[in-house]
Amino acid sequence: MQRFSLWMFRHPRLKLALLLSAPLSWLVVAYLGSLSVMLVSAFWSVDSFTGAVVHTFTLSNFHTLVTQNVYRVVAVRSITVAVLVTFFDALVAIPVALFIAKVLPRRFRNWAVVLVVLPLWASYLVKTYAWRTLFADGGVLDWALAPLGLHAPSYGLLATTVTLAYLWFPYMALPVYAAVDKLPDSLLEASADLGASPMQTVRYILLPLVYPALIAGAIFTFSLTLGDYIVVKIVGGKTQLFANIVFDNIGTAGNLPFAAAAAIVPIVAVVSFLFLARRTGALENL
Amino acid sequence: MLAKRTLGFLSIVSAVVLVTAGCSSSNKASDSKLPDIPMQQTLGKGEGALNIVAWAGYAENGSTDKNVDWVTPFEKSTGCKVNVKVGNTSDEMVTLMKSGQYDGVSASGDATLRLIYGGDVAPVNTDLVPNYATISDFLKNKPWNSVNDHMYGIPHGWGANVLAYNKAVVKEAPTSWSAVFDKNSPYQGKITAYDSPIYIADAALYLMAKQPQLGITDPYSLDQAQFDAAVALLKQQKSLVGEYWADYTKAVQSFESGNTAIGTSWQVIVNLINSGGKANVGAVVPTEGATGWSDTWMISAKAAHPNCMYMWMDHITSASANAQVAEWFGEAPSQTLACAKTSDKTFCDSYHATDAEYAANIHYWTTPTADCLDGRGNICKDYAAWTQAWTDIKG
Repeated sequence: MQRFSLWMFRHPRLKLALLLSAPLSWLVVAYLGSLSVMLVSAFWSVDSFTGAVVHTFTLSNFHTLVTQNVYRVVAVRSITVAVLVTFFDALVAIPVALFIAKVLPRRFRNWAVVLVVLPLWASYLVKTYAWRTLFADGGVLDWALAPLGLHAPSYGLLATTVTLAYLWFPYMALPVYAAVDKLPDSLLEASADLGASPMQTVRYILLPLVYPALIAGAIFTFSLTLGDYIVVKIVGGKTQLFANIVFDNIGTAGNLPFAAAAAIVPIVAVVSFLFLARRTGALENL
Repeated sequence: MLAKRTLGFLSIVSAVVLVTAGCSSSNKASDSKLPDIPMQQTLGKGEGALNIVAWAGYAENGSTDKNVDWVTPFEKSTGCKVNVKVGNTSDEMVTLMKSGQYDGVSASGDATLRLIYGGDVAPVNTDLVPNYATISDFLKNKPWNSVNDHMYGIPHGWGANVLAYNKAVVKEAPTSWSAVFDKNSPYQGKITAYDSPIYIADAALYLMAKQPQLGITDPYSLDQAQFDAAVALLKQQKSLVGEYWADYTKAVQSFESGNTAIGTSWQVIVNLINSGGKANVGAVVPTEGATGWSDTWMISAKAAHPNCMYMWMDHITSASANAQVAEWFGEAPSQTLACAKTSDKTFCDSYHATDAEYAANIHYWTTPTADCLDGRGNICKDYAAWTQAWTDIKG
């Protein structure tokens, strides 16, 4: 054993190779491998009667995706929902983070962070079905809004957006809190001393400094929303998102090649989002 | 940094894709000839386990309702431990059977031929299923369960898709599907519809009576003009629909919470709602008639537990088990002797169980093909077109 470790010590490159081979092969085989198999199958088709996969190169899946109006409509709808969810989460995360990091006495801070993360400990489905009950006709929201003469929105896009924003909120709140926490109080005080209003301090001091954290949170909320198909099934009423097209083609139509082709659309959306985020320089600070 | 790396990975991936895609183009396309799959000749001992895909309510083990249980007696007598996977739509069942992990399936007519020609199920040796002899004759050797007069499964039961309505909202029992299709329907926003391409046939059935000039004779054989009319009707219906359902628990919950007041449903869903007591729901077959199902237990070509599957097919078509499942699900039993075993003695009469003429009037789910099923030639829309249209309808 000792001789082995001595020999290893003399061959540092081999040591490194052995150490990295397991995680690297996981990355290449399991992750990139399955991704490429999926992308390859996007160029296949299925026999319309037996549902068997036909291994012949064809661009027909992409042709359908581009020419059929419905896919464009659903893609735009999904991206809009993802942007709205990200926006709502950011809008709520900033005041929450400011309150926890700068207003709350230090001894309560960790407890407050635990409270923000606590919903992650409950099952995703339980939370979504809870929202289904909230949005039901004559449900809690209806009851709460009745004195104002309002009706709760029925199952649909709004309910889906609200539920998704609730589900992914901790992913936005945590990085934003970490960034606000790191911000020296003196900066905020200096801004106030120089005559800036609280809103001006938020706009010109706080926002530029927590911007990278907002982008980090947005990457989570945006890509998680684009990949979700269950929430919209439960509270979405009759609407559908792009992930449902992928799911329906796997589960219902049994058309794996088309599902693979459709899956490329959210991938392209997320990659373009990352590309835009990189252009702003926010990723360099992560 | 992150983005640069991601883009780097993606360019590697896309390079791999292009290379492999280029190679794969040399593979031959599969044709849809009848695959040659051997039939089991003798029945051996049970393998101790059985994995089946079934419609909700077809394989009850007492967990839904402790008085509803025909799986436990089967497990006790054969030693085959039953695992049930509920399939929500026929398409889902076909996909599950293609995985090769299941021994058998309760397939409806819109799944059977796809499974047979896909080589996913094996021909059935009816001699190994003693209860087959007394099954209603009008269910044997039918186009949806046999090929060249050879059975590919054991008939289980049949029935119609009903129009279910909440009696608190819909005061008078509806008599027409117009309650869910007419654009002036008073139930706008409270209507539900089945979330599957096969639901296009329900619209076609309604048009068959409503617009006879379209000349629809079979809701599963639609030429371009007829298909367009059905799709247009469903797009118009979408503005009336509150939610679509495929998952039967969601259908139950939607009626109970009041989000749905009327819509296409199954008798078993109506029974579940009424036994729960949160809503009082009625079910009718409207004057236009109804689509329906005729289900068949089929054995997988790759069954890991074939003996248990044969024993199951015999058990589920035995007089007492078939009577129980028929009463629970709300369908006509396939087993003629089951009528003597039902707890409600008028059950078989009310479901017309042995009435061949009535059975012939239901438009059973079947797979639409380009070659029209009603013999008009090669002018019909196939199931791929139906699937595409369904995505389009949901928008």
